[in-house]
Amino acid sequence: MLAFLVSSIRLGMAFLFGSVGETITEKSGHLNLGIPGVMCVGASCGCFAEYLYLSKAGVNANYFLAVFIPIVATLFGGAVMGFIFSFLTVTLRANQNVTGLALTTFGVGVSDYMIAETGSIYSKGSRFFTTSLPFADDLGVVGEILFSHGILIYLAIIIALATAFVLSKTRIGLNLRAVGENPATADAAGINVSRYRYASTCIGCAIAGLGGLSFIMDYLNGNWEYCIDAIGWLAIALVIFTVWKPGLAIIGSIIFGALYIASSYITGVSFASKEIFKMLPYVVTIIVLVFTSIRDKKENQPPQSLGLPYFREER
Amino acid sequence: MKKMNFHIVKREPMVWYKAVLVRAIAIIASLLVSAVVIMMLTSKNPIQIYSSMISGAFGSSLRIWSLFQNVAILLCIALALTPAFKMKFWNCGGEGQVLVSGLATTAVMMFLGDALPYPVLIIVMLAASVLAGIIWAVIPAIFKAKWNTNETLFTLMMNYVAIQLVAFFLKYFVKSGSGILTPMPEHGLPVLFGQSYLLNIIIVAVFTVLVYVYLKKTKHGYEISVVGESENTAKYIGINVPKVVIRTLVVSGALCGIAGLLLVGGTNHTISTTTVDGRGFTAIMVSWLAKFNPIYMVMTSFLIVFLQKGAGQVSTDFRLPSAISDIVTGIILFFIIGCEFFLQYKILSTKNRKEND
Repeated sequence: MLAFLVSSIRLGMAFLFGSVGETITEKSGHLNLGIPGVMCVGASCGCFAEYLYLSKAGVNANYFLAVFIPIVATLFGGAVMGFIFSFLTVTLRANQNVTGLALTTFGVGVSDYMIAETGSIYSKGSRFFTTSLPFADDLGVVGEILFSHGILIYLAIIIALATAFVLSKTRIGLNLRAVGENPATADAAGINVSRYRYASTCIGCAIAGLGGLSFIMDYLNGNWEYCIDAIGWLAIALVIFTVWKPGLAIIGSIIFGALYIASSYITGVSFASKEIFKMLPYVVTIIVLVFTSIRDKKENQPPQSLGLPYFREER
Repeated sequence: MKKMNFHIVKREPMVWYKAVLVRAIAIIASLLVSAVVIMMLTSKNPIQIYSSMISGAFGSSLRIWSLFQNVAILLCIALALTPAFKMKFWNCGGEGQVLVSGLATTAVMMFLGDALPYPVLIIVMLAASVLAGIIWAVIPAIFKAKWNTNETLFTLMMNYVAIQLVAFFLKYFVKSGSGILTPMPEHGLPVLFGQSYLLNIIIVAVFTVLVYVYLKKTKHGYEISVVGESENTAKYIGINVPKVVIRTLVVSGALCGIAGLLLVGGTNHTISTTTVDGRGFTAIMVSWLAKFNPIYMVMTSFLIVFLQKGAGQVSTDFRLPSAISDIVTGIILFFIIGCEFFLQYKILSTKNRKEND
């Protein structure tokens, strides 16, 4: 049971990065279906940077750099993907769905290439990401659940809380939400819509990229053997499941993690029914989506202009 | 804020040869970029790479058949999605809709294959796959029509429900427990003139014309484009919007059903979770790049399949991971998506405008 909870948290945080990133993006009115690709590229950049660093530093690798370098590389990779997305959709006015899907095709290609060329050589680097807090062992069960995780787990929660704060309590957050709800009004109020959309997409994608890194380095212990695009789609589902609230996403992501791995921990489930269990996160998301749209409660709706382009000249 | 010294205006529709030229430039530019990428990975010269691409697509009669077969399937899914897109209903669920119809076809082949006479079996397969496609497409449509539930997200989720359903089916009904279903060509669609893909290609060609006529020449098609342009206008002139939404998605789902039938009954004769292989998503791009015009879609789907086949060959010839084909496709798509801007808008410098005034 304890192992189940710890695994759920470790897996959940990969979802959390992805969904917080996508939430920031969606708040600006961009529906980025490229998140799976962004996570793949982020993970590829991070893992490769880790590999380069470790092969260069050898035994002298220190903890700080071994963690810091991949994180920066991942953020950079994600942000570049976000930039491509915003350049195509904002500056060149392309359709968001189409652009997002092209981004996913590209990202999946990049990560499959990485898997084929390098395989699972990352377990050495993974060690740094799964190092737990020093006092975790002394605190028994509480320590196991709260303090036994690697650095990315805490980073995910900090980012989620910070995002929740920025979105609801600061002027930048207010402006961003205005852009996503009604860009024409925001524009009239003097907010630079394009700049907000660019920035939120790049930041969102950078954060989402960390989800890929977290999944591979932490949850898989560096044994990267299959494409992680399913994690990206679940991260998009999680955004809906938690009704665009990064704070709620912390709990939501753990629930998703639990649903995703539940079948392996429940005894007496047949081989076939496990597949039905894996369907649960998606079905639950559909139910939430339907339920929020039927209840039609203002604060639980998607941003009003989600997925819609905004060109000043075409109002 | 810095004053911008240019502005962007929508241009008149471009003359066709200019439009072709812009697209050609985009494709050439993208091929150059992808050649540079491949060269960095292989240090082979680009001529070798391109000739390998062409041989991958047209190198033998088997490859040409397979090229056209893949074009047909991709085109069929794109045709299915197009009525929905024209209505601005973002049906991202092609993957799932095709997969469940394939599943329905498989189930019929498996359980009724020996029990029914062959002609009846084909009819039951057709009915089952079309019905499955319709069910998968119409569920999101009903919620969209009634409660304005976001269709992009709903149809996306339905894809994964479908994939898991197939995974369950394979684990539950395949007796060996391997999760791999042996192909059942004896229960497949009829083979014309000894060419196993010919029937698929003919059926899709017929549907291309039918969808073109449906969208351009019928009252339904007109209603779809009005709802797509402006829902308020549609309401104002007395179009029953929920009805049009649901009806269009029935058409969309039924066509996805046909694609599933062709894919399982006419091609693979079995099913796996990757039978559709991302075509449900690629079809979205095929349809959009062709501006939702079925005739242009023949070209865009051909282009994409050619690139994939060609890049696949490059990866075999130069011992690269097959993923290289996805990377190349992605790069090319970025360019094609980007070039649409130059077809629709022109950039004027503000200085010029003052002189003109």
